[in-house]
Amino acid sequence: MLKVEQIETFYGSSQALFGVSLKVRAGEVVTLLGRNGMGKSTTIKSIMGLTQVTRGRITFNDIEIHHLPSYQVARQGLGLVPEGRQIFPNLTVLENIMVGAANRGGREEPYTLDEVLEIFPRLAERLKNYGNQLSGGEQQMLAVVRALMTTPKLLILDEATEGLAPLVRKEIWYGLSVLKARGQSILVIDKNLDALMKLADRHYVMERGAVVWSGETDELADNEELKARYLGV
Amino acid sequence: MHMLSQFNRKTICIISSALLLALLPMLATLAGEPYLVSLFSRILIYALAAASLDLILGYGGLVSLGHAAFFGIGAYTVGILAHHDFEETALISWPLFIPGSDSGLVAWPVAILVSALLAAIIGALSLRTRGMHFIMITLAFAQMLFFFFVSLEGYGGDDGLTLFSRNTLPGLDLGDDVQFYYVCLALLGAFLFLAGRLVESRFGMVIRGCRESEKRMQSLGFPTFRYKLLCFVIAGGAAGLAGALIANQVEYVSPGLMHWTRSAIILVMVLLGGSGTLYGPVLGAAAFLLLEEVLSIYTEHWMVYFGPVMILVVLFARHGLFGILVGKENRHG
Repeated sequence: MLKVEQIETFYGSSQALFGVSLKVRAGEVVTLLGRNGMGKSTTIKSIMGLTQVTRGRITFNDIEIHHLPSYQVARQGLGLVPEGRQIFPNLTVLENIMVGAANRGGREEPYTLDEVLEIFPRLAERLKNYGNQLSGGEQQMLAVVRALMTTPKLLILDEATEGLAPLVRKEIWYGLSVLKARGQSILVIDKNLDALMKLADRHYVMERGAVVWSGETDELADNEELKARYLGV
Repeated sequence: MHMLSQFNRKTICIISSALLLALLPMLATLAGEPYLVSLFSRILIYALAAASLDLILGYGGLVSLGHAAFFGIGAYTVGILAHHDFEETALISWPLFIPGSDSGLVAWPVAILVSALLAAIIGALSLRTRGMHFIMITLAFAQMLFFFFVSLEGYGGDDGLTLFSRNTLPGLDLGDDVQFYYVCLALLGAFLFLAGRLVESRFGMVIRGCRESEKRMQSLGFPTFRYKLLCFVIAGGAAGLAGALIANQVEYVSPGLMHWTRSAIILVMVLLGGSGTLYGPVLGAAAFLLLEEVLSIYTEHWMVYFGPVMILVVLFARHGLFGILVGKENRHG
């Protein structure tokens, strides 16, 4: 589905990614792990066309996307939940959700409003509120729901539970498990290793702008040295 | 209950304002002050220009200091067409013969189209920038047009162009101030209705979303540049219509209509009334022009007194006069 091959990305003259490669297959949940500043978010931004890739290749369902503007990347079926609860505070909750639904023409089995509100029922009570009237957790749920309403073939979450209360995190992890059961492909960045181990099929570990390890959940669970060295666990 | 009271506040404000405006000519006659009709026609015209700026400023977050360019072009379109009609000369003689016109049915749509076309050209270049650069580039375009018309001797140059009479509309006598007033009121009402529908539509959601984060909107699959450009063109066209009306009201056009200070005045009207509300700029235009009218009786330096009012509004009423009237929770247009 998603194939990232040897990409290199720069911020000005400083190189952020050094030949990053990864794959996400249909129906898989894949994680990008690593400490802060290791290039995880830059990888996501490069995939989404928000940061220019200097070298390498990114394909999505065999279509090259690394040279496309971000809105065309999104239209290929990549839905991003960006870092930092980036909802639209001046739109109502319903508008935030519906704006996500606008560009999904032609997708098979699109998510409906009822379906996404069933996964995150808390938002159903807040549909008329403005985005800036929601709590942090509700804003994050809204960001996930907004991305879901694009009916993405691949849902990408960048630090979706960062800074949230444990109970709210639990709701979000539950929502993602429901999506996985539905066959949704997901690429996720997060620091909550326990939750990720339960959810994900495969993992990539990044260090200083490069992938230093990749493997399945069982392999990661057994590799204490890797977890201690690269993930600080 | 609280939401209901706020909804009522907003509805009451809008309905009572509409009623007051509808009855104004009658009230002005009863008060023996017929000049109020002319003053309020001017207010309605500037309200239309300010509301059109609010589309891109309040909803799109694009601070333009060149909006008067479209206002002035709309006015000049009417002026030039009327000039050729009066002189019985051709506006264009080759390859097609296009005469002038004093018909509002011709001149006003042409004013809208020319202004919209100009907005498309200016927008296509300026919308590639943002922030301070956008402000500067819109200002630069407006000033280029200002100096172009200053040097356009054929149409009066610096002295401007006098219209022989107001445009004609079937069944109406626009020379009559009351009838002209109601035409201005109807056009402003129609614009506010359509613009209100627009900002609540999917298009409006994208524009409002762009104000917060264009990148976020792009990552949802929206080609934001096209949306912003279309919004800029709609706002430019509406400002052109306001320009066509001001040309008719004062029966005179001059380059001063597109000077950057005129753009600043329209911007002040939006901020004073409350940006991102559509109705706020109407209130802002009324407050600005009424204060000008009253204060200038006492001193020609009326801006000295207006300045502190503006500072107080900016400091203590971030959502403008409309926000104070209806409450900030319910200020959205």
